[in-house]
Amino acid sequence: MRGDDFGSRFAYWFSVAIGLVLAIVPLPDRFDPVRPDIALLAVIFWVLARPRIAGLGYAWLAGLLLDVLRGMTLGQHALGFLVVAFIAHRLQLRMRMFPLLMQAGTVMLLLALYHFIIFWTDGLTGHGYTGWSRWLPVFSGALLWPLIVAAGDTITRRSR
Amino acid sequence: MVELSHDSRPIIGRGPPLGATFLTLALLSIALMVADQRYPQIQRVRSWLTAIAFPVQKGVDLPFRAWNWLGESFADRNRLRAENLELTGRLRLANLQLQRFAVLEEENRRLRDMRENSAGIAERVLVASILNVDLDPFRHRVLLDKGAADGVFQGQAILDAEGIFGQVARVNAQTSEAILISDAEHAIPVQSNRSGVRTIAVGTGDPAKLSLPFVTTEADLKVGDLLLSTGIGGVFPRGYPVAQITKVERAATATFALVEARPTANLDRDREVLLAWFQPAVPETPAPAAQATASASVPPAPASASPTPARAGASPTPAQPGASPRPAQAAPGASTPRAEPRQ
Repeated sequence: MRGDDFGSRFAYWFSVAIGLVLAIVPLPDRFDPVRPDIALLAVIFWVLARPRIAGLGYAWLAGLLLDVLRGMTLGQHALGFLVVAFIAHRLQLRMRMFPLLMQAGTVMLLLALYHFIIFWTDGLTGHGYTGWSRWLPVFSGALLWPLIVAAGDTITRRSR
Repeated sequence: MVELSHDSRPIIGRGPPLGATFLTLALLSIALMVADQRYPQIQRVRSWLTAIAFPVQKGVDLPFRAWNWLGESFADRNRLRAENLELTGRLRLANLQLQRFAVLEEENRRLRDMRENSAGIAERVLVASILNVDLDPFRHRVLLDKGAADGVFQGQAILDAEGIFGQVARVNAQTSEAILISDAEHAIPVQSNRSGVRTIAVGTGDPAKLSLPFVTTEADLKVGDLLLSTGIGGVFPRGYPVAQITKVERAATATFALVEARPTANLDRDREVLLAWFQPAVPETPAPAAQATASASVPPAPASASPTPARAGASPTPAQPGASPRPAQAAPGASTPRAEPRQ
C-alpha cells in the first residue's frame, strides 16, 4: 500500500509539473489567451481519482509554484487552486458518478470560479484587465477535460 | 474505489479537518498577497522560490534556443554570404557616421561639462537575452536572463538598438522581470524632438501603440514627430528615442488632444536587449505636474520626485565610461533601498 502511495504521489507531482511547464511555454500570441490551465485540471483530476493523496496542501503548493513561475502576486494562484481543490473535495463523491459531459460542465464552473478569483485579486492589486478574452481558458479547459480524464485513467488503471 | 464516508481521506493519520486546512491556507495566501503588495521584505521569500523556478524557466527556454541555434548553424551558405555582405555595408556606413558622432559627442560632452552636467547618457550597457517564457498574456512583461548576480537593479532602464524598451520591474537572483513601455501600467516622460513639448507616454497594452493622454489641444505636436526620453524621473537616460507620433486628433470642444505614438523599439520582436547604467540627469526646472503624474503612474519604480542633494557634489566630475558604475546607480532617489542589488 505504501509503495502504491508513493507511485501516486510521484504521478501527482509529475503531472502537475507538466502542467506548470505548459503554463509558461511560449505560444503564438493568438493562442496565448486561450491557454488552458492544465496544472489546475491535473489537480482536479487527482482530487477526484486519489482524494487520499491529493490534499489541499498539495493544491496550494502547486498554485504557489505557478505564481512564482509567472511572476504574479504571491498567493494569487495559490488561493485559486486551494478554493477549487476544496470544492472538488467536497463534491468528489458526486462528481465521480457524473457522466463525462456533466463532469466537464462542473469543471467549467470550477474553472470559472478560479478565473474569477484571479480576476478579482488582479483588480485588488491594480492589474485589472477587463477584456472578455481572459475568460477563454474556462472554455478551453472544459473542452480539454475529457482528454485529461482519458490520460489520467490510463495511468491510474495500470497502478490499480 | 467506492468510499462511503464523505471525508475521503485516510482514517488513520487524517490530520486536521478539511475545512480547517482550507481556512488556514486561504488566510496564508491572503497574507502573502498583502505582504507582496505592501512589504518589500517578501521579495526575499520570492527569490528563494525563484531558485526553484529558474531551472524550470531555463528548461522551457532551452529547446527554443536550441532550435534557433540549429536554424542558424544549418543556414544556407548563400544566405549567410548575402547577410554578411549587407552587414559589412551597414558597418561601413555606421563607422562613417560614428566618426562624425565622435566629434559631436566630444563637443557635446565639453558643452555639458561647461554646464556641469554630463549626466543622462548611458555609460555602460549589458546585453541580456529574453527567455522564451510566456508570463501573463495580458501584461507586457518579459523575463531576462540577467539578475541580481549581474548587478541588475530595480528600475533599471532597458534599451534596444532602436530605442527605449522598458525597465526592470523585479530582480531575482539569476533572472529579472522587465516591464515594457507598452504595458498598460507603464508611463514614461518624453519630449518632442522637433518642438520640445514635454509630456508623458503611457502604455496601452498594444505593443505598437503608446498613448499621450496629457497633451492639450494647443500643444505643438504633429504626426511624425519623434519623441525622446527626457531623463526626468531618473529612470531612463536622456535623449533616447521612445516613439514616433502616428495620430493627432484635436476636437474643438475637448481640452486634451487624442495623440498616439508607435514605439521605435522592436517590443515584440527583440530577443536581446541592453541593460543600461547611467548617471541620472537632474532637470534644472522639472515641470511639477508632469513629475507628479510620472511618479504616480509608474508603480514598479517610482520616479524620483526630488533630486537628491548628493547629485550636486557628484556632477562636476565628468562621467568616466566604465569607471565603477555602482555608486552612480546607488545615488539616485529612483532606486529605493530594496532596489539595491545583492542584499
